[in-house]
Amino acid sequence: MGIESSLGDGYFTTKVDALTNWARSNAAWPMPMGLACCAIEMMAFAGPKYDAARFGSEVMRFSPRQSDVMIVAGWVNYKMAHAIRRIWDQMPDPKWCIAMGACASTGGMHRCYGVVQGCDNFLPVDAYVSGCPPRPDALLHALMKIQDKIRTEHSVMLDT
Amino acid sequence: MDLELSDTLKNVVDGLSDQFSDSFIEVYQSTGDTFIRVEADAVVDICRYLKSTHHFIYLTDLFGTDRFTSEERFEVVYHLISLRDRERFFLKVLLPEEDPQLESVSDIWKSASWMEREVYDMFGVHFNNHPDFRRIFMPEDYDYHPMRKEFPLLGIPGSIELPSTTPDTE
Repeated sequence: MGIESSLGDGYFTTKVDALTNWARSNAAWPMPMGLACCAIEMMAFAGPKYDAARFGSEVMRFSPRQSDVMIVAGWVNYKMAHAIRRIWDQMPDPKWCIAMGACASTGGMHRCYGVVQGCDNFLPVDAYVSGCPPRPDALLHALMKIQDKIRTEHSVMLDT
Repeated sequence: MDLELSDTLKNVVDGLSDQFSDSFIEVYQSTGDTFIRVEADAVVDICRYLKSTHHFIYLTDLFGTDRFTSEERFEVVYHLISLRDRERFFLKVLLPEEDPQLESVSDIWKSASWMEREVYDMFGVHFNNHPDFRRIFMPEDYDYHPMRKEFPLLGIPGSIELPSTTPDTE
């Protein structure tokens, strides 16, 4: 028995935009780009205590083809930047990006020749999370900001 | 300064000043460690002697420093341990600013291979007779040696390539 039996007869109107955004925003599967200690907090974010499943983001996809939100967790050196950009390019549109922590956002304490001073030098970042490392709550907050962003987007456009 | 040398290190110092009297420069102690400074051109013979005669079979570390002095600017330090005698000391050589080069010790201790590559990568000290001499961290076509004091903290802008942000158009 499905939900139809309790709904009875009737109909429901909405916009395709709203429906698409509702679905997208509640199934933002992360691409965990764990590069340093922030990745430990990212695991806590996915684990039972902070429970990203409440927001539909519990499915850490280690495959770029199946993910929507890339979480860059940790400092990015120039060598790794090419791998990250490649994975980002392999993710299907629409996609979003979270720069988690001081290092991914600005280079943080790694103020040196080998570390990219912020992953926004080569990625379009949607949300920056401060902290070193940020608490899992802060990452959840960033995820909720991404959800807000998805919900206000015009997701369906006529292809004229 | 009075030296407080253990029997093993006393043997090392006596042996070096006896057999390599031309290359042995000084021995000193600081913060509980012993440092022996020798001439750069004899370093391979001295290392081989230390390993075979004094059982310093373990090269823990090999690193460079940039002293940023006008003379003998670079320094290469060999950190040696004798597991049998439970002793350690540091062997040091000084190198000039222009064209610093040394003989490789990687046929004595295999662990020296990567560490010498690191010293080359960071300071530009050349090691002759190295089995696989190239950079170890920085890109192979990189023009600089980043641990030199005159190198800017944030690097040379644009010297390392960032990925293209418009991959479809290249």
